[in-house]
Amino acid sequence: MNLFDYVRPASVAEAVAAASKPGAAYFAGGTNLLDLMKTGALTPGKLVDITRLPGLDRIETLSEGGMRIGAMVRNADLARAPDFAAAYPAVAEALLSGASAQLRNAATVGGNLMQRTRCAYLADPASVCNRRDPGAGCDALEGENRTHAVLGWSDACIATHPSDFCVPLVAFDAVVEIEGPEGRREMPLEEFYLLPGETPEHESVLAGGELITGLRLPPEAADFRARSRYLKLRERTSFAFALVSAAAALQIEDGTIGKARLALGGVAARPWRARSAEALLRGAEPTAESFARAAEAALADAKPSGDNAFKIELARRVVTRAFLLAAAGTPESVPALPASVFSSDTGVSIHA
Amino acid sequence: MPDTIPFPSAQVRFGSSSGQPLTRRDGFLKVTGAATFAADNHPENLLHAVVAVSTIARGRVVSLDVEAAKAHPGVVEVITPANCPPLALDPDEKHGLFGFRFDALQNDRVRYAKQPIALVLAETLEAATEGTRLLAPVYETEPARIGFDNGEPYAPATVGVGGAPDFDRGDLAAGLAAAAHLVDTEYETPAQYHNAMEPHAIVAEWDGDTLTIDTPNQAIVLSRAAYAAFFGIPPENVYLRSPFLGGGFGSKAILAGPQILCIRAARMLQRPVKLALPRDQMFGPVGHRGATRQRLRLATDAEGRLTALEHHAVATTSSFDEFIEPAANASHNLYASPAISTRHGAVRVDTGTPGPMRAPGEASGSAALECALDEAAAAIGIDPLEMRLRNYAETDPATGRPFSAKALRECYAQGAERFGWAGRPLAPRQMTDDAGRLVGWGMGSALFPAPMFQAEARATLRADGTALVETAAADMGQGAWTALAQIAADSLGLDIEQVEFRSGTSDLPDGGVAGGSGHTATAGSALHNAGTDAIAKLAEIAVNDPASPLFGAGNAGVEAREGRLWHREDETRSEGYGDILARSGMESLEGSGTGGRDPADAEARAMFSHGAVFAEVKVDPDLGQVLVTRLVGAFAAGRIINPKLARSQLYGGMIWGLSFALHEEAIHDRRTGRPVNADLAGYHIPVHADIPAMEALLIDEDDRYVNVLGIKGVGEIGITGTVGAIANAIWHATGVRVRRYPIRIEDLIG
Repeated sequence: MNLFDYVRPASVAEAVAAASKPGAAYFAGGTNLLDLMKTGALTPGKLVDITRLPGLDRIETLSEGGMRIGAMVRNADLARAPDFAAAYPAVAEALLSGASAQLRNAATVGGNLMQRTRCAYLADPASVCNRRDPGAGCDALEGENRTHAVLGWSDACIATHPSDFCVPLVAFDAVVEIEGPEGRREMPLEEFYLLPGETPEHESVLAGGELITGLRLPPEAADFRARSRYLKLRERTSFAFALVSAAAALQIEDGTIGKARLALGGVAARPWRARSAEALLRGAEPTAESFARAAEAALADAKPSGDNAFKIELARRVVTRAFLLAAAGTPESVPALPASVFSSDTGVSIHA
Repeated sequence: MPDTIPFPSAQVRFGSSSGQPLTRRDGFLKVTGAATFAADNHPENLLHAVVAVSTIARGRVVSLDVEAAKAHPGVVEVITPANCPPLALDPDEKHGLFGFRFDALQNDRVRYAKQPIALVLAETLEAATEGTRLLAPVYETEPARIGFDNGEPYAPATVGVGGAPDFDRGDLAAGLAAAAHLVDTEYETPAQYHNAMEPHAIVAEWDGDTLTIDTPNQAIVLSRAAYAAFFGIPPENVYLRSPFLGGGFGSKAILAGPQILCIRAARMLQRPVKLALPRDQMFGPVGHRGATRQRLRLATDAEGRLTALEHHAVATTSSFDEFIEPAANASHNLYASPAISTRHGAVRVDTGTPGPMRAPGEASGSAALECALDEAAAAIGIDPLEMRLRNYAETDPATGRPFSAKALRECYAQGAERFGWAGRPLAPRQMTDDAGRLVGWGMGSALFPAPMFQAEARATLRADGTALVETAAADMGQGAWTALAQIAADSLGLDIEQVEFRSGTSDLPDGGVAGGSGHTATAGSALHNAGTDAIAKLAEIAVNDPASPLFGAGNAGVEAREGRLWHREDETRSEGYGDILARSGMESLEGSGTGGRDPADAEARAMFSHGAVFAEVKVDPDLGQVLVTRLVGAFAAGRIINPKLARSQLYGGMIWGLSFALHEEAIHDRRTGRPVNADLAGYHIPVHADIPAMEALLIDEDDRYVNVLGIKGVGEIGITGTVGAIANAIWHATGVRVRRYPIRIEDLIG
């Protein structure tokens, strides 16, 4: 078999040291990394197994408010943590709309942030891909690109970020905590991701050896808990990536929107925060018209990167709907079909 | 001989097993993991094989770094065209009706992506896998031809398996001229890949000139001969074991290159070799359903009665062989029309060769025909069910022959009743649910032939009163282990627990093909006849033996049940099977039987299963997302041996239909010809949450002509009708008529 080193460090410091050499990759849930190693798209020389690092699997309520989630917390565990789901219901809903139950049991919070685009040309070593092989070219640009980016793309790369979880995280100003050879740093998740530009191989700000150890949701994020939703358009009801998704959240007082949050998934190389739309909604009435205007603003800069012009109009409609759902209030519990337009939140059974 | 009345006319007795909803007998083995599938076999000294496949779709392999692969630890051998010994038969020739040309390293040519270009043998799967990567092939690449408009069109000589490409009955021009309404419409269906859960796997082991192979197979004895021919050995030298298949869908009835290569390697290296295709390699050399473009013209009078039906289909095939999806033939036998004309064209593209897949032709043709008929109903302004009733075929439209049995009217009536079809608004976009989602109702007619093939079976009564029955049938998950045993038990008048049923290996009598929805009918008839033959022989002994209480009853004067022969008119006279054998000094008594159709019956009558499928969908009016919320099918398929298994098969077929309508599509890169979604994350089939509450009503049908048991098939009919029913429901919900499958969100957001 293709030989690679496998190390299982006992501490974060040891892990960082082990991963600081070129060609190393952190191994957590393995749900994405191992698939790409099997196709030959990724050939790390060393796997640094972080699954047994102490202290990374905790969900904590912080004394100053907000919550901290260790990078090794499994998606399923986080989504089902009662305090977390109560404070950040849209995040829980997004988590439960992703992948399949089996994958959610294995996949980790840190790994979700680090997952690679599902552009088929990245996974196929026989295709050229600027992310895999800088300067090689982009086979998606003239290829099968119906599901590709409509915002923030470049001629070097038109791939999208596949995560559901990260979409509401970006909307709620989640902060990523990083340990690296140079010490500890943190930053808003939105800034963690880089748009492709001329260097799509740089997908995030992480430098060699740097490890995500956790993420924090600020106290203000919970202020949206009464009105926050994640809505995901997809081609089957489970185990499919978003064509377009949106996390929308509102604070409404006396019939007027105070604060609004919006991020889109499946449209760009990173979860796409739409601040112009948020600004438009401040002080507006929570009506379909207001939300449609916000959606227009959110997609103002969108342009098709291939056979995907439909995604722009679809994204507008998803945004509008997500805000309408948020305005109607967060359901008591996560719907049976999380983030689906067919979720039974309205009390209507989907199957007659 | 006391009398000469031949069996089985007076002896046929349909007993307590048939008709019972027995749970599948292999279920416990399967849920506990004890069922041995092909890749579960690990003989001593096993080598692992991995196929290296091409990443181009057309051209040739210029070089392979064999040295690098062989230098990898664990790699034992690399087989390429340079060192692959020739087969006894040329794989580029056609051998028999089901023989397809295949790629087994006979030369350096590449004709499709994922074609085998080398085979790496190693002590471990991992080493073999890495060996294939180290081959680093260099190609001479020619432009790939992908898609209808880039391929090479031609007129095929045959469609499907040996079918005629063209058909005409009646005067098409006159029918078109007489029309009050004309619908002229086009539908497209994509390439689809079988994707059985179990991949094509094989473990091959040679002992001198005899070969043992474990491989999932839908035609066990037939394949034994085919494999033998390629290796120049007699068929009886091949022992093929296929006790369970993890699905086949038509792809495991046909020899393909990878299996042949594995056997080749085992012979070269004189060691057992295992090969299991990874999922992505199932998108190349093991068949698929070709894409189709279909044009239909439906001419009707003012009341909606067809005056002409024209159906032209073009299907894709490979550059080097053909299987033309016979889609237009779906218009031959369903609706009455004084003029029917069908044509098939073909386009050669650089993919593997298509093959039979889940109702080949019937499914793709029905997907277009049922929608076109709906378009006609809408144009005329009549209910889709009424439209179908007005065009009800009392005799076979293609031949004018009577149907052996046809309870389609009852299917329509009971299906519609169960679904609540009455009161459906005629116009689209009229119904919504409480949440404002668009609701639509659609329907389609289901039709599938009731073929029979040839099969043989053996039934042996044993001295202890039990029996052994044998036929090399194939259980693909449909329940052959159970349904066939039920038939066998009844034929012997025994409880099913007293019958040992051996099946699934090539040393048994030929059980025929598990395909064409004809397996239960064919193998079941053979088993029935074998059991009947054994009982007849036993009765012959008893009634001629003065020591038997049945002496003098005549062979028509006894009947078999509960392990005993009984005097027909005197309940006090009976004798156990074991006692009869013991007194005559026999250890056992063997009967044999064949299954097949009387050619005279086949000529005289048209034989089909029928059905009606009703679908409800909900569509988000803004976002275009579709959910099928109800599916009700009503099917008349002759006598049902096991209603539980039959319903499961019908559900499965209807789910195939849902998958066809909304999910499945293989996408090839237009430049390279490589499939871009060659895995189950990218090639979508529905998940549980996509499947609605389903009902499959079994409509009584007494068919006295199809075979002695009255059995038709239920394996594939469920997909026909369902695709169109869902598409028609989407139209009814939205007012948007989508003419390309699968139907997608962007088709519905306007």
